[in-house]
Amino acid sequence: MKCKEGPPVLIIRVGDAFCKACFKDYFVHKFRATLGKNRCIFPGEKVLLAFSGGPASSAMVRQVQEGLSRDAAKKLRFKPGIVFVDEGAVCGQDLGKRREVHSQVEMILRATGFPFHLVHLEEVFDLPGSILRSISHNATDDSQSYKEAVDGFIRRQQQQQSERTGDSLPGQLSELSVRCPPGKEAVEVPGPLSVSHTAELTHLFRAVKTLTAKEELLQTLRNHLILHVARTNGYTKVMMGDSCTRVAVKLLANLCLGRGAFLAGDTGFSDSRHGDVLVLRPMREYSAKEIAFYNRLFGVPAVFTPSLDTKVRGAALHRSSPPVPAAQIQRPCSPPPPAPGRPPHYPLISFLYKLQSEFPATISTVYRTGEKLGTTPRDAGGDAEPERCLLCLCHLDTSVVDGSSLQSTLLSEELCRKPPPSAGSGCCGGAPNETGCCRSSPTAGAVPSQAVLFPLLCYSCRLTVKDMTCLEPLPPYVHSEAERRQRRAAMKQEIQEFLLEDDLPAS
Amino acid sequence: MAAPLCVQLEFGGGAELLFDGVRKHQVTLPIQPGPWDIRCLLVWIKENLLKERLELFMQGDSVRPGILVLINEADWELMGELDYQLQDQDNVVFISTLHGG
Ligand SMILES: [Zn+2]
Ligand SMILES: [Zn+2]
Repeated sequence: MKCKEGPPVLIIRVGDAFCKACFKDYFVHKFRATLGKNRCIFPGEKVLLAFSGGPASSAMVRQVQEGLSRDAAKKLRFKPGIVFVDEGAVCGQDLGKRREVHSQVEMILRATGFPFHLVHLEEVFDLPGSILRSISHNATDDSQSYKEAVDGFIRRQQQQQSERTGDSLPGQLSELSVRCPPGKEAVEVPGPLSVSHTAELTHLFRAVKTLTAKEELLQTLRNHLILHVARTNGYTKVMMGDSCTRVAVKLLANLCLGRGAFLAGDTGFSDSRHGDVLVLRPMREYSAKEIAFYNRLFGVPAVFTPSLDTKVRGAALHRSSPPVPAAQIQRPCSPPPPAPGRPPHYPLISFLYKLQSEFPATISTVYRTGEKLGTTPRDAGGDAEPERCLLCLCHLDTSVVDGSSLQSTLLSEELCRKPPPSAGSGCCGGAPNETGCCRSSPTAGAVPSQAVLFPLLCYSCRLTVKDMTCLEPLPPYVHSEAERRQRRAAMKQEIQEFLLEDDLPAS
Repeated sequence: MAAPLCVQLEFGGGAELLFDGVRKHQVTLPIQPGPWDIRCLLVWIKENLLKERLELFMQGDSVRPGILVLINEADWELMGELDYQLQDQDNVVFISTLHGG
C-alpha cells in the first residue's frame, strides 16, 4: 500500500496495492517518464496518435490529454493529432455496422479537441510506391540539440506570455490554434467509400490462406496507411498503443515468425525504419491489467471493433444454436490450420497468460528480454543505404537470407505447385534474376510470382506472402515498388559487370 | 440464507461476445444451503449464462488467465478471489484482456 489514505483498489505486483488516486498518479507519471527518458519528441512537434479503439490506444490518447492539461512545468509540449483506420471490410462488417463504429469513433475523437483523421483501410489501394521507401533525414535528436530546442521553446513561450496582457484574445487564440487549428485539415473524415476498393480489399484477404498471414498483412497495410497519413499531414512521430503484454506477445510471435533479428525494431520504444517518421510505443511499459483498470476506473471510452480472430470466433459465438459441448463445436468454426511454427497471436496471448498465472514474472521477463536487445546494429555507420524488406522495411540481412535453405525450399515448393504461366516460358522456370530466356516478363503490368517477390522480402514477410494463393490482389503500390527495385537491382548488376570487365585488363 | 441475492454482472473487453454481446446482466441467485462465493457464482454463470465456448471464459473452477475480475470496482485479488462471499447488490465485472490492443 503506497498511501495510508484511500482504500486499495488494485494489486499490480505482489504486495503492491494502490488506492484509486495513487494509481492514477502512478499511471500518468509513467507516461511522462517514458517520454522524458527517451527525449525524442521536440517541443511543438506534430505527433500522430494511432487510435484503434482498443484499450491501450484509448488509454494512450487519454494520457496525452492529461499531459497537455497539466501546469506549465509538467506539460507535454507537442501537437497531437489522431488517426483511426477503419478495417471494417476485412473484419466482415457491413456498411451499416461500419457507419455505426464510425460515428462512435468520431464522437470520441471530437471530444478530445485534437485534429483527427478517419481513414478507410481501402485507401491503401491509392497509396504511392514511396510509402515503401525509407526516407532519410538528418538526425538531429541528440540530447544537446534536444535541450536547445526545449530552451528555445520555453523562451518563445515566455516572450508570448509577457507580450500578452492578462488573458487577451490573441493569446487565447494562439492557444486555441495549437489545440484545434481552424481550416480543413483539423478534421479529416473520409469521402464516400469506394465500392470497388472494398471489393478489392475483400478479394485480397480472401487470397490469404491462414489467419496468421491475414493478421500480418492487415498490420502491414495498416502501418503503411498510418505512415501515409503522417507524411501527408506533416507529422514526424507516430505513437502506437502497444502495451507491455502486447509487446511480450509480439516478441514471442516475432520469434515464431522468424523475425528474431528484428525484434528490437518491432517492439522497442522507438522504431526508425521509415526514416523521416519515427514510430514510438509509449504504452509498452504498461501491462494489459493496468490499462484495463485505468480505463475502467477513469471512464476511458473504448470502441470494441472485432479483430480478425474475433470475427472467426464471433461467427461461432453468434450462432443461435442449442448449447453444444465446447469440444464439439471447436472443430468446424476454428480458423484454418496455420502453417507449422506460425501460431496466430490469440493462442500466443493465452499461452503467455497461462505461463503468467503460474510464473507471475513471465510477461515482464519476456518484455525485459526485448528491452535488452539493442536497435539494429546496421543503423550505426555505413553510408550505403541498407537493403530493406519491401513490405515491413526491416533491414534485409541478404547474406544470411539469400543463402538460407528456406529460400530454396520456398522456391522449389513454388515451382512444383504452379504450372508455368504460358507454354513458351516454362524453359527457365521464371528465374528471378532475369537470366533465363523469359526475362522480359516481369515488366509492364505483369503479375509477379512469389519467386520474384521473395528476394525483396524478409523471412517473415516471405512466410506471409507464401500463404497467399495469388499476388495479383496486392495493392498497386506494392507491385510498382517491387518493379522499381527489380529494375534497380538489374541496373546495379549490369553496372557491376561493366566495371568488372573494365577492371580485368588492368590487373 | 434468508433471501435470494441480486447481483449485477458485467462483461467487457470482448468477454461480452461470449454472452450474446450483452454487457450488463442483472441476475438473481437462488437460495442455497451454503454462502454464495465467487466459486459458486462461476458455476452458476457456466450453467445459466454461458452457453458456448466455455474454454474462452473459464479454466478449471476459476476464470481463464487474462480475464480480470473486479468486485465493486476493486481488484478481486484484494477480496479473496474465489472465496469472496457475495453480498446483495454486489457488482462483479469480468474484463477480458485477451482481445486487441
Ligand atoms: Zn493512495
Ligand atoms: Zn518484411
